[in-house]
Amino acid sequence: MESTRQEQTHYYVPAPSRWPMVGAVALFCLGLGAAFAVNGQSPGSLLLGVGALILIGMLFGWFGDVIRESLAGEYHGKEDSSFRWGMGWFIFSEIMFFAAFFGALFYVRVIAVPTLGDMDYKLLYPDFTASWPLSTGPGITSTYQAMEAWGLPMVNTLILLTSGVTVTIAHWGLLRGRQSQLVGGLVATVLLGTIFLGLQLTEYHHALHSLNLTLASGAYGMTFYLLTGFHGMHVLLGTIMLAVITVRAARGHFGPTRHFAFEAVAWYWHFVDVVWLLLFFFVYWL
Amino acid sequence: MAMTDVQQAPAHHHKPSGWSRWLMATNHKDIGSLYLWFSFIMFLSGGVMALCIRAELFRPGLQFFAPELFNQFTTLHGLVMVFGAIMPAFTGLANWMLPLMIGAPDMAFARMNNWSFWLLPPAAALLMLSFLVPGGAAAAGWTLYAPLSTQMGIGMDMTIFAIHIMGVSSVMGSINIIVTILNLRAPGMDLMKMPMFAWASLITAFLIIAVMPVLAGVVTMVLTDRHFGTHFFNAAGGGDPILYQHIFWFFGHPEVYIMALPAFGIISQVIPTFSRKPLFGYTSMVYATSSIGVLSFIVWAHHMFVTGLPATVQLFFMYATMLIAVPTGVKVFNWIATMWEGAMTFETPMLFAIGFILLFTIGGLSGVTLSVAALDIQLHGTYYVVAHFHYVLVAGALFSLFSAMYYWFPKMTGRMYNERLGKFHFWWSMVWFNVTFFPMHFLGLAGMPRRIPDYALQFTEFNSIASVGAFCFGLGQLIFLYNILTSLKNGKPAPALPWEGADTLEWKIPTPAPYHSFVEAPQVEADHNGSIVSMHGDKHH
Repeated sequence: MESTRQEQTHYYVPAPSRWPMVGAVALFCLGLGAAFAVNGQSPGSLLLGVGALILIGMLFGWFGDVIRESLAGEYHGKEDSSFRWGMGWFIFSEIMFFAAFFGALFYVRVIAVPTLGDMDYKLLYPDFTASWPLSTGPGITSTYQAMEAWGLPMVNTLILLTSGVTVTIAHWGLLRGRQSQLVGGLVATVLLGTIFLGLQLTEYHHALHSLNLTLASGAYGMTFYLLTGFHGMHVLLGTIMLAVITVRAARGHFGPTRHFAFEAVAWYWHFVDVVWLLLFFFVYWL
Repeated sequence: MAMTDVQQAPAHHHKPSGWSRWLMATNHKDIGSLYLWFSFIMFLSGGVMALCIRAELFRPGLQFFAPELFNQFTTLHGLVMVFGAIMPAFTGLANWMLPLMIGAPDMAFARMNNWSFWLLPPAAALLMLSFLVPGGAAAAGWTLYAPLSTQMGIGMDMTIFAIHIMGVSSVMGSINIIVTILNLRAPGMDLMKMPMFAWASLITAFLIIAVMPVLAGVVTMVLTDRHFGTHFFNAAGGGDPILYQHIFWFFGHPEVYIMALPAFGIISQVIPTFSRKPLFGYTSMVYATSSIGVLSFIVWAHHMFVTGLPATVQLFFMYATMLIAVPTGVKVFNWIATMWEGAMTFETPMLFAIGFILLFTIGGLSGVTLSVAALDIQLHGTYYVVAHFHYVLVAGALFSLFSAMYYWFPKMTGRMYNERLGKFHFWWSMVWFNVTFFPMHFLGLAGMPRRIPDYALQFTEFNSIASVGAFCFGLGQLIFLYNILTSLKNGKPAPALPWEGADTLEWKIPTPAPYHSFVEAPQVEADHNGSIVSMHGDKHH
């Protein structure tokens, strides 16, 4: 790969494609549908469903094109580095998305909640004492309990850490040309991701029904659900991506030197893993 | 070289025609043109809203619009101009010119490039359609401050989802720009040699991928506060409306530079060309632009001096903000030093560039004034702020865009624009811009609040003058449209090098630029600011 990178003077520019336009239609339906749906108005869910279907079709079509181009040998060193830079900066933008929610968590813990508990606000909320995790809000009357770190969340931490190991085992298999190790490692990773998601759902069920912890449970509930919820969506996406890569690996799409798609998904998986460690530390433990 | 003649899809060799050329485009020039036309349409739409605002403010009392509708106009005017006009215009220019300036065959991700563009019309449609839904469009100001934005009707939800879509669009567009610049420069086009416009676009793209996701995050919190019972911006649940302002301005201040840095890049190409001298202090320009990018992340709370921040925090943000004046001053100094003893001529791009330097500096200085926490408490939320950011955004970003359009029009189209009309457009804009916005400084100093449809009687004269100026300025932009449309058809054929002093890579290829330029990367020998000493091995279709 290194030598072609030096010599390559032609860069692959794809032919005109309908997929971006299809994707734009999909996002328009999703945007408009979501705006109606959150207000409980009628075309909302229908538009959302249509948009989601179009988007899924677009993703299949678009990635299908990319895979065909890759298998046809259109991509060389330059294209490979473009994909690597692109994925790297995409993950960076994802980190910044989570940063907004971590920022909100730190702000309510360090500034908003202690301020509401101090003397200046005694007139407004005489019975409120600041603590973390909150068990009730200054203006919220019902009480709720916080999620314990050393139950399911700890198990989930171990599961995600293990999945980081299995995806690396798969990578080693790929680099050494051991097909069964590659596919086995990937299958294990997908399974661990799925188990994680299942346990996450169990945890939410427990939180909603035993702890009375909802999105509306003030500063603790909202940061808990939004941070773990967005993380969960990323795990779901990562698991789907891993599943696709597993199928492609089983079909022999990757070689020891040509497997950017595998690495991109592995990077993504590690990113999801690191976000979880931060979540475990700041949301569950501290 | 062995790979040069690897089979290419036949579609690369002919120019697609009809609708599919635009709907399915993978050509950076076509996508760039789409961006530019889209942004001009949005500029006119946002402009009409601005004129509605000025019509209402021509006299005290309520004449044309209910206060609710007035607030919708100020909100949508801001959102449309920022996300619909200025940012896409810069992305469009980057699409058109970057590959030509650095010797790349196209943008790094040509298909994704088209998605970045085609997400904008749906987002704009969501914004515009929101005028028609019950409750009307968002009316919380373009900053969408909570708790205003956690109330209101479905129009606010449409705005939130429009922002999500525009965020996806600009993050993808920016990743494309970053990768194109980092990976697809022609051999010999070193980073510390490439044009300032490329540098400015690169740093802008980094700012966008760092802060647009943060904006997406904060409007998501607004959405969950509105519909899913969270209390991010509500003290009753342990949240805080001030939290919204912190997260929003963490995005919002870099956003200011997202709209200013590409302008600096354009001016750094135009001034040397028409001064027939190399850019003064190229290396310091690169470092100044980077410093502005870094500093833009640690100044956000200067938008929040009246929220009751502790004095030490105010002092930190005040001094950090003032610090930005240093690299900005370096840039203004370098532009003036470039002109010093140059063989200057004053074609339209140069006029707009000099107008930019003059007026942007005024806007920059009123910015330093506002950075003083003690003064800002008096001026916050007044027309002084409106005057300040219109000096940097209209006379700054917009004038630089006009400069760029006149400068590159011959290269893009192969025709010359009408120089007399261009100069008339400049002087007309220059005069009426100042008539519109200079009185707003006085209004603000006297205490007139922004975003209110009515005002006290003593503000009448300055408001009337500003409204007359605004209508004249707005009409003047039709001169530009007329010039572009007639020159596209009947303009004189452009010579290969319309500007004697232009020496960057885009001027070394045929005019108009071939549909597929640099199909093979050329070998170039470049000097500072992308000026080309020698080039060989280029190939176009």
